[in-house]
Amino acid sequence: MSLYSSRRRTNAIATTLCWTGTIFGLSWLVLILGALIYEGARGLSPAVFTEMTPPPGSTGGLLNAIAGSLVMTVIGVLLGTPLGMLAGTYMAEYGRYSKLTMIVRFINDILLSAPSIVVGLFVYTVVVARVGHFSGIAGALALAVLVVPVVVRTTEDMLLLVPSPLREAAAALGLPRSHMLMRVAYRAAKSGIVTGVLLAIARVSGETAPLLFTSLNNQFWSTDLNAPVSSLPVVIFQFALSPYKDWQQLAWTGALLVTVAVLLLSITARALSSQGKHK
Amino acid sequence: MEAGFNRQTRDNSVSDLAIVEATPRAPDLDRGKVLGRMALFDFFFHNLTRAAAILVLLILGGVILSLVYGSAPAIKAFGLGFLTTESWNPVTEKFGAVAPIYGTLVTSAIAMLIAVPLGLGIAIFLTELCPHALRRPIGVAIELLAGIPSIIYGIWGLFVLAPFLQQYVQPALISLTGDIPVLSSLFAGPPYGIGVLTAGFILAIMVLPFITSISRDVFETVPPVLKEAASGVGCTTWEVMRYVVIPYTRVGVIGGVMLGLGRALGETMAVTFVIGNAHKVSSSLLAPGTTISATIANEFTEAVGDLYTSALIELGLILFVITFFVLAAARFMLMRIEQKSGA
Repeated sequence: MSLYSSRRRTNAIATTLCWTGTIFGLSWLVLILGALIYEGARGLSPAVFTEMTPPPGSTGGLLNAIAGSLVMTVIGVLLGTPLGMLAGTYMAEYGRYSKLTMIVRFINDILLSAPSIVVGLFVYTVVVARVGHFSGIAGALALAVLVVPVVVRTTEDMLLLVPSPLREAAAALGLPRSHMLMRVAYRAAKSGIVTGVLLAIARVSGETAPLLFTSLNNQFWSTDLNAPVSSLPVVIFQFALSPYKDWQQLAWTGALLVTVAVLLLSITARALSSQGKHK
Repeated sequence: MEAGFNRQTRDNSVSDLAIVEATPRAPDLDRGKVLGRMALFDFFFHNLTRAAAILVLLILGGVILSLVYGSAPAIKAFGLGFLTTESWNPVTEKFGAVAPIYGTLVTSAIAMLIAVPLGLGIAIFLTELCPHALRRPIGVAIELLAGIPSIIYGIWGLFVLAPFLQQYVQPALISLTGDIPVLSSLFAGPPYGIGVLTAGFILAIMVLPFITSISRDVFETVPPVLKEAASGVGCTTWEVMRYVVIPYTRVGVIGGVMLGLGRALGETMAVTFVIGNAHKVSSSLLAPGTTISATIANEFTEAVGDLYTSALIELGLILFVITFFVLAAARFMLMRIEQKSGA
């Protein structure tokens, strides 16, 4: 009987630990979001969206950083998405069982979790060191390299989920593969692929490390992509580590903006993909 | 009526009306053209997609090649000594990677020590203990933790976590371990707040969602009949997990842990904020240190001179090689569990 009670006790201890662990894990989310909203909301004002980043000791906004982030993210996604979709298409459709696909899948999974700072170094040596100066376009390229693996992965996964009878029906009508893809497979996999792109945007819009030495930073309004461009994450990094109270406040506000954007994107992506599953 | 037209055209016989001949023949001609165009497009599209797939490979190759190319001056100057030298002196241009490598490994080890048991616990909770209605919301909440950008962890760690640890946790650790021989040197020195321990702690929070969600996914691959059989002979929930589910999914869980480790090793921004950036190896976990990625992030834009830049790129190369092998091992293990569940 004592064996039985000790087993019961072990079980009770283990399950209690699992409960506590979950509460502990969830409390981080609450603590981080709480601090972010508390500190960030204090600095929210129209000036944040209308004024440039200030010099030390004066007030200002984040307009140039927000614009720079948007522009580089858009270009990065526009460059990375087609490449990722095409590669994913090859892996799921044309070369489903080929050696190349196996290798690309393996490499892509590694790129997916490779340190993003290494991507920054890559773009630095290939672009920035060649051209001789930091530029917004280099930053966008670094982001594109980060977008590709996410899109490759989701495109492949989603196309593999498209039922074969749909493909066979198209083939039976005499459509070549490329038409079957455009007219049938892409449409069936649409919500999944859109989810992947949204997740990719969410991932790159918070990235700082690859931008530090590609797009650098710029205190002023700049539309010249051939020059250094400011971005929200880099400004947060610089301002948070500064000794100035105004800058630190702006960093918190910027952090709140980035987090809200990223979480909204990933929640939308999640809602889209669960909608696709129910269909 | 229509059949007549068709036969007429096929026979190529002279028709009364030119229009009758023209309409049925036109599609025939077009058909060939359209099919030709389709085949051409198909050929083009096939090769385009293959080129894209090869380009993904080339990007990885490009990353490795560019890092090797960029670090060539440093490799030539320091050789293997780079890996065994502790000094990091931009003025005399003497660089060694010991301190950053040590910091990277120690912070990741701390992160794994905290995150692995915690992540497995949450995964067990989600698959076995959690009421059904809460399963999805809690799973989503944990995954949101993964979605928060690392710079947010950094700013939070610097302004919220570090002061808290400095005031409450670290003094307690120092006085608690003061008389114990080994531990006292691990927790020696003044409580700075920032340092190796804080960085490891932040990393633990960051990799927790990866370990949790992969463990949960592989736990779900266990055939229910195995668990039911174990419960049927009288196993408790814990015993079912401990003796059935975890042994069955061991490879997958290790794969998930390695994936988390890969993340922890390469994590940059969060660590840069809280590690203190000191190029030295100290036995105390409370002392400031540095990691490979934090060194690069902090010093790269300020690096003057080719050798300095090159030494930083070589650090990046070392980091990439380490994470490459860790991630490759992780993928290999996860692939094995996928095959197992598919078979």
